[in-house]
Amino acid sequence: MTENTGAGGNTPGASRPDPSARNALRRRRARSIAGTLLSLSLTLLGLLLVTFIIGRVMPIDPVLKVVGDRATQAQYDAAYVAMGLDRPLVVQFFGYIGDVLTGDFGRSISTGQPVADDIKRVFPATFELATLGTLIGIFVGVPLGVIAAARKGGIIDQVARVVALVGYSMPIFWLGLMGLLIFYGILGWVGGPGRQGIIYDGMVPSVTGMILVDSLLAGDWAAFRDAFSHIILPASLLGYYSLAYISRMTRSFMLEQLSAEYVITARVKGMSESAVIWRHAFRNIAIPLTTVIALSFGSLLEGSVLTEIIFSWPGLGSYITRGLLSGDMNAVLGGTVVVGVCFVVLNLFSDLLYRVLDPRSK
Amino acid sequence: MSNTISRRDWLLSDAPQTRRQARLGAIYQGWLTFRSNKLAMVGLIILVLLIGMAIFAPLLAPQSPYAQDLGARLQPPSAAHWLGTDGLGRDIMSRLIHGSRITLFIVGTVALIAPIIGLFIGTVAGFAGGWVDQVLMRVTDIFLAFPKLILALAFVAALGPSIGNAVLALALTAWPPYARLARAETLTIRHADFIAAARLQGAGRLRLLIRHIWPLCVSSLIVRVALDMAGIILSAAGLGFLGLGAQPPMPEWGAMISDGRTYILDFWWVAAMPGLAIFTVSIAFNLLGDGLRDVLDPKGDKS
Amino acid sequence: MTLKMTTRAVLLASALALSPAAYAETPADTLVVAHTIDDIISLDPAQTFEFSGNDVNNNTYDRLVDFDPLDMDAGFKPSLAESWEVSEDGLSITFTMREGVTFHSGNPVRAEDAAWSLQRAVKLDKTPAFILTQFGFTAANAEEKISADGNKLTLTLDKPYAPSFVLNCLTANIASIIDKETVLANEQDGDMGNGWLNTNEAGSGAYTLAAWRPNEAVQLAAYEDYWQGAPAMKRVIVRNVAESSAQRLLLEQGDIDVARNLTPTDVESIGSVEGVKIQDEPRGRMMYMGLNQKNELLSNPAVIEAMKYLVDYEGITGSFLKGQFTTHQAFLPLGYLGVLEDQPWTYDVEKAKQILADAGIEGGTITTRIRDLREYIDVAQTLQASMAQAGLTLEIEQMTGAQVLDAYRAREVPIFIGEWGPDYSDPNTNAATFAFNPDNSDEAKAVGLLAWRNAYAVPEEMNEATVAATLEKDAEKRAQMYKDIQAQYQAEAPIIPLFQRIEQAGLQDNVENWFSGGAVTSVIYRQVTKGE
Repeated sequence: MTENTGAGGNTPGASRPDPSARNALRRRRARSIAGTLLSLSLTLLGLLLVTFIIGRVMPIDPVLKVVGDRATQAQYDAAYVAMGLDRPLVVQFFGYIGDVLTGDFGRSISTGQPVADDIKRVFPATFELATLGTLIGIFVGVPLGVIAAARKGGIIDQVARVVALVGYSMPIFWLGLMGLLIFYGILGWVGGPGRQGIIYDGMVPSVTGMILVDSLLAGDWAAFRDAFSHIILPASLLGYYSLAYISRMTRSFMLEQLSAEYVITARVKGMSESAVIWRHAFRNIAIPLTTVIALSFGSLLEGSVLTEIIFSWPGLGSYITRGLLSGDMNAVLGGTVVVGVCFVVLNLFSDLLYRVLDPRSK
Repeated sequence: MSNTISRRDWLLSDAPQTRRQARLGAIYQGWLTFRSNKLAMVGLIILVLLIGMAIFAPLLAPQSPYAQDLGARLQPPSAAHWLGTDGLGRDIMSRLIHGSRITLFIVGTVALIAPIIGLFIGTVAGFAGGWVDQVLMRVTDIFLAFPKLILALAFVAALGPSIGNAVLALALTAWPPYARLARAETLTIRHADFIAAARLQGAGRLRLLIRHIWPLCVSSLIVRVALDMAGIILSAAGLGFLGLGAQPPMPEWGAMISDGRTYILDFWWVAAMPGLAIFTVSIAFNLLGDGLRDVLDPKGDKS
Repeated sequence: MTLKMTTRAVLLASALALSPAAYAETPADTLVVAHTIDDIISLDPAQTFEFSGNDVNNNTYDRLVDFDPLDMDAGFKPSLAESWEVSEDGLSITFTMREGVTFHSGNPVRAEDAAWSLQRAVKLDKTPAFILTQFGFTAANAEEKISADGNKLTLTLDKPYAPSFVLNCLTANIASIIDKETVLANEQDGDMGNGWLNTNEAGSGAYTLAAWRPNEAVQLAAYEDYWQGAPAMKRVIVRNVAESSAQRLLLEQGDIDVARNLTPTDVESIGSVEGVKIQDEPRGRMMYMGLNQKNELLSNPAVIEAMKYLVDYEGITGSFLKGQFTTHQAFLPLGYLGVLEDQPWTYDVEKAKQILADAGIEGGTITTRIRDLREYIDVAQTLQASMAQAGLTLEIEQMTGAQVLDAYRAREVPIFIGEWGPDYSDPNTNAATFAFNPDNSDEAKAVGLLAWRNAYAVPEEMNEATVAATLEKDAEKRAQMYKDIQAQYQAEAPIIPLFQRIEQAGLQDNVENWFSGGAVTSVIYRQVTKGE
């Protein structure tokens, strides 16, 4: 479980500074954009196929979810046909792909609503949380990593090491439960479970689906403060895991740069240490660091199931999990498409970044 | 006295007489490096204790991990129950001790299966190249693109919840990074001189793969496995937390936290104790992994 | 305990010192409820059969007859029907509709709407349709048997059923009266508005549906023109909060008015919290243990008998189910006509051992599947422990509700531990599923019957008694018939009723007249008020 999500309880992205990630990037860089796109869409298709097969072999009966406990056999059979489950699997699969291409993800059986609508609702919740978590990870993790590298073996380095170690080792659901208990239950510093105070429910018109943004757009400060007080704890939690990873990666990138010849030359020339670090070394790690951040962001977007469950956060991760456990395969497939697209987009993004920023690839 | 010194000298000799001496010498040097890392030693000691605890669980546990006593439920830590009792009045310490077996079983099995799948797929892809490489790497990408816990959930849901299936699901979701790593290693050594030499001597592809390429990939995989152990424990605990891992009344630590969350507001120890146990063990694995990396993969980054 | 108190005290003190947040309070005209509502898949009364869906529809729709939450002992009362008359032969009931009642759209509520609503439910034939079709209605004859004339609605039955049986069924949500014109305007491909009503509402109830976001929240708004007067709570927000601890925190922090899924430990602790109270209400749900008669071991009468003594009734209701369940060993829940309150079984491992020994049974292993709900798992684990003492091994596989149900309907769960909730307020609702199974063959596929699911071949005279009880017009005689059936059931059936659920709602002190639905119906909000 290396590329463990925040969900798995471990670090986002790769759990460690990972040489293979960079190898993969080099490999990617060599390919053309078109080739990348092609292979990524193949990946996406494969992802769907795997999900589809899992859905079909799963010993959970979706029909039962629809008709419920007391249904007679006749009612059950009627629903079975209505859901198209009597068609051959191949027909079902390609029918589904065709529908998806026209933007129709089918209807979820556990919410009774179109999956596209469901995703429009749950994805912004996850996106909002992941974004804030990643921001925390960046703003704390990057400086921590840089300083740790600059003062290798110093107190900050030791602290950073401990912070990261604890981050790698703490079960997220446990930390989440304890955090909720202490900061909400006992101290009352933050908002409780859920995305907003219940009385604010439906008060702010939904534009982006992200409550922080929506409340700003509506100019509703009370709603914004309320939403912020609810998101800050789960976001900090994800941010902690994210920063553990980002700070370690930053540190190792920086160490590599600081031992490079040009740094030694700059030092010999009498350049100040802070100039060496920030103007030269840091600039050079910007590109790989962006990739690391994108990876970490991607894994948070995939949905942090456990965090979402503990904080009653109605996001993508808990949506897919719920779908999985109730045999709601349209929901699972739809969610997987979104996750897959995120993966593709982030990969393309880091590819492009290399092309634009790295002079060697031109 | 002189005997020991000479053995040490023998091990550290610059000019080993035999192959065996050279190999043992290398291991000894590694051990010295490892031992100088105090934190790694702490990790090792914790893990040795854990293994000891698992082996001698029935002797160490003050009570049966399954013995219920509804009259003495949710007792705080005391002389009778050092770590308190859970919602069914079972002794938490006894359950933790017996649970160490499950934890070790999970970690051990996953750590055995996942790298082997990854090693096989990665080296074959890297060595064969061409369309084989393409196909295998696409498959790897597909698994990488999947949210891990959800994929594991899907496997467990499909296979039925049990500890064995949880292990299998974790292994099936854990192999892609190993495949990537093994492939990258293979690519760098594929054109090395000694491979060409072996090929000239008439070694077949399979023989090249097994005798020459695999051994070279193993050390970086071991480092990676040691570092991933903690993640495996946490994922297993996550599955247990969702009720898809070990089945009751097995004292799996994640499931114990899940049980305990019902009582978390008033009876914190029910969830906190297994939480601490998971934390301790995964931090031990992390420390050990760091130490091992210094020994086995000195060229790797020393974060 | 001391340790707990001190840490909490210290943290609380520092919280008081540091916390800038004042004690939050919900608005005076808004009722905020935390509940698990992730089971809602449809809000069409003809289709909804989940607890939370019924909780919504019970407030957005009215029926011909309804319960008065402040006077439950009276049973059903006239609602959209002002009065009714039963024909002499007992084969038809004619309702006179109340005048001047309007739907949320402003359309008047007519007998025609009522007839159409019931016909629609029969024709759509969704899962709860049996509540109506058991009176002989079919898609083909619905328009003939359910007819409107002016402001009269006539139902023609196939047998002279006890009127109380029919009327009790009409309190069920499937008998909700729907605004025909509004729904037909939203009909698609002849679905009688099913697609639209799944997420919308067209009733005349005290509340209108303001919003439903699946797995998140349901919002209701007061209907100001409600015929019994506009409700005091202008807004009702039900938020999906799955964890009891989270619900409790929200309640203690004053962020919600009502918490509906508190565990016993949380209830116990809340008891000592200032400003919060607990309201107990027996509900209709029964936890029972089904012993599958396809299993050789479990079909042995001695094993069935022994199992009844291996459940630690007092230990369980005194510990992890404390306050949430009460021991009840007959299949009709308290609150129903004809309930039998005898409790013939106690926890007695020695007796169970003796029974097994007398029958020459020496151990055995059973592997069963239990839904991954805390309560069921805990009950199963205590059973596992006591069975072990009696020499029987129980292996437990945890599964999701869907998986267990699937297996259960396929008659593949050896020992089922779970709950059964009545479908309507008449005793027949449980009798017809526990004590009725005319054809026990696999081919019968009577998947809706608990007796069939456990492969229990109900004796012929019990089947007949169950049917006969639906026709008895004299309430007292009818009650006695059900008592007799339950007594016989306790003596021999392999389906063992264990506990009846009690809903313990956590309320802010100022919440008055909260009603979770009692044994026979769903939650009702219109009478709830909030004091100072």
